[in-house]
Amino acid sequence: MSPQTLFEKLWQRHLVHEPRGVESTEPSLLYVDRHLVYEVTSPQAFEGLRHQQRKPRRPETIIATADHNVPTTDRTQGIADPFSRAQVEQLNKNCEQFGIKEFRLGDIRQGIIHVIGPEQGATLPGMTVVAGDSHTCTHGAFAALAFGVGTSEVEHVMATQCLAVPKMKTLLIRVRGQLSAWVSAKDLILHIIGQIGTAGGTGYAIEFAGSAIESLSMEGRMTLCNMAIEAGARVGLVAVDQKTIDYLEGRPFAPKGEHWSAAVDYWRTLHTDAGAEFDQIIEIDACAVKPMVSWGTSPEMVVAIDEMIPSLSGSVDSVKAEAAATALEYMGLKSGQAISEIEIDKVFIGSCTNARIEDLRTAAAVVKGHKVSQRVKQALVVPGSGLVKAQAEVEGLDAIFRDAGFEWREPGCSMCLGMNDDRLQPQERCASTSNRNFEGRQGAGGRSHLVSPAMAAAAAIHGHFFDVTKMFEVCDA
Amino acid sequence: MRPFKQVESRVVPVDRSNIDTDALIPKQYIKSIERTGFGKYLFDEWRFLDKGEPGMLLEQRIPNPEFTLNMERYQGAEILVAQDNFGCGSSREHAVWALEDFGIRVVIAPSFAEIFYANCFKNGVLPIALEPEKVERLIHSALSVDGFSLLVDLPSQLINMSDGESLSFSIDPYYKLRLENGYDDIDITLTKLDQIARYEQKRREQEPWLFTV
Ligand code: SF4
Repeated sequence: MSPQTLFEKLWQRHLVHEPRGVESTEPSLLYVDRHLVYEVTSPQAFEGLRHQQRKPRRPETIIATADHNVPTTDRTQGIADPFSRAQVEQLNKNCEQFGIKEFRLGDIRQGIIHVIGPEQGATLPGMTVVAGDSHTCTHGAFAALAFGVGTSEVEHVMATQCLAVPKMKTLLIRVRGQLSAWVSAKDLILHIIGQIGTAGGTGYAIEFAGSAIESLSMEGRMTLCNMAIEAGARVGLVAVDQKTIDYLEGRPFAPKGEHWSAAVDYWRTLHTDAGAEFDQIIEIDACAVKPMVSWGTSPEMVVAIDEMIPSLSGSVDSVKAEAAATALEYMGLKSGQAISEIEIDKVFIGSCTNARIEDLRTAAAVVKGHKVSQRVKQALVVPGSGLVKAQAEVEGLDAIFRDAGFEWREPGCSMCLGMNDDRLQPQERCASTSNRNFEGRQGAGGRSHLVSPAMAAAAAIHGHFFDVTKMFEVCDA
Repeated sequence: MRPFKQVESRVVPVDRSNIDTDALIPKQYIKSIERTGFGKYLFDEWRFLDKGEPGMLLEQRIPNPEFTLNMERYQGAEILVAQDNFGCGSSREHAVWALEDFGIRVVIAPSFAEIFYANCFKNGVLPIALEPEKVERLIHSALSVDGFSLLVDLPSQLINMSDGESLSFSIDPYYKLRLENGYDDIDITLTKLDQIARYEQKRREQEPWLFTV
């Protein structure tokens, strides 16, 4: 057989129906192995099922939780916001009616779907994973073909266990060399998006490979794949290696006993074969990546911490120049301003990009022995799941954050999208470890700067953006 | 789903790129468990000067007179033209529901985000990708010519202008077929139940650990 890319292997394995004839552009029908469901994009899908008197084909493949719309403060009194409460209650009802496993509020396993899937071993190599959320690409870190879908597709997957999807082209992003100390997967993906743009990956499945990717932990790989969608790609992938297998062993939903060894044997084949061809290849030098900070309202508007906000007025691309001007006005910034001089009002450490245990460990290592700057009104740490929270508490990270002046919250999406009370007020400026800096994303009129957990922690301490690598140079001297 | 054949209407321009789904429908409104009623919140943060919350009545709101959708000359427009990467960001289908509920049936832009593009076809909205220069021209005309209208015809894949000129657009034939006839995706897939069952059988042998629960 001719050499295949990882994407091609996964695609072929899941084909239920392939349109025949070259002229047919009917999308392929892929089988779905895992479906993650949450409160915001599912109610209309369940309603659709009921309306048509349909049932989920394999309810045991679905795992549900509430994450987007839940309070991160004390939950013992339930949810105060009536709309949020109704949505969460509706999810509970739907899961009960259709026999779906749900991690409810109060269950230690509750958390952001893209954190809990892998954490539970519910995301496995070689699977197709679907969720009504665009950051489902996160799960590609496990060599799973994972798609974000809309609500109609959520209903379609429940009813048929299949997803109709046109085949993507393949893009290899090869990252050579190694990332420097305190430079993380987040900085790398922001750097990549800065290079290829937010539509650079549109129509592609991106595979990340190369020495820098091999060195990343599973948490780092999830951060990387998480933001594939911010580069326009619905799918991000990393091949299976020993780290993937070690991460999964013993997790509740991972295969056991003889199934485990058979699974591992198969998973080890989930990589791109030597000589396989991609539609496009992009090379990135990891050594050149510095801590990154976004300055605008799109993740491609990003520069390194030691740079200035670029000037695009002389740019040949008038649409780009206009977008930059609009963004700067919204952000209350000017081209030529040094990134390190930008002062912040709030700090958010959380989201499906950066709320795993490794993220919290890194941020805590930066925070330890320091205090949150006087000018910072609020600094939040929102763990990605109840289990992440518990682990962090065992390690004493919560105490480090609290002592420094951070608030230590219950798990959920929180200020990543500000559907609950964790929001920016108009014109408030935030150093955020999340993935989107769109206008109003973290609260109407709010100004978001995307950074790594280490950089968010450094900004919290200094009250403005600060090169985290410098903090440690000073300590060492 | 409502079939789509032809739309003739005024054109409303929103001259921006990277219009994301948060901009199309802000998060406070997607707390709803309904599928309808999102039109009044379309582009909420740009359309209104006050801060919107679910349940607020249109009459209570303060419209932004400078936003095109609020201008008298664009009222009733069913065709929206915008810049590239339209519909990026969150996968929320509420963005399409809001457009559709507002009355928008065609969106023309140089490019679309994939999930949004797929969502359009499930809700009877036609997304048309055209070369940037052509979009630029349409935006220019919509901004400068009062009452600028287009006739979008799906069967012939043509956008006809009142001066007789027409622009052709391409669309995937399968997507076209579905939209033209208003087919339901689930119904189509359910005709392949035997194939799905056979596939499951094969997969159970290959990867039994996926079928243990
Ligand atoms: S953390 Fe943010 S990006 Fe991730 S699933 Fe939640 S809302 Fe979406």
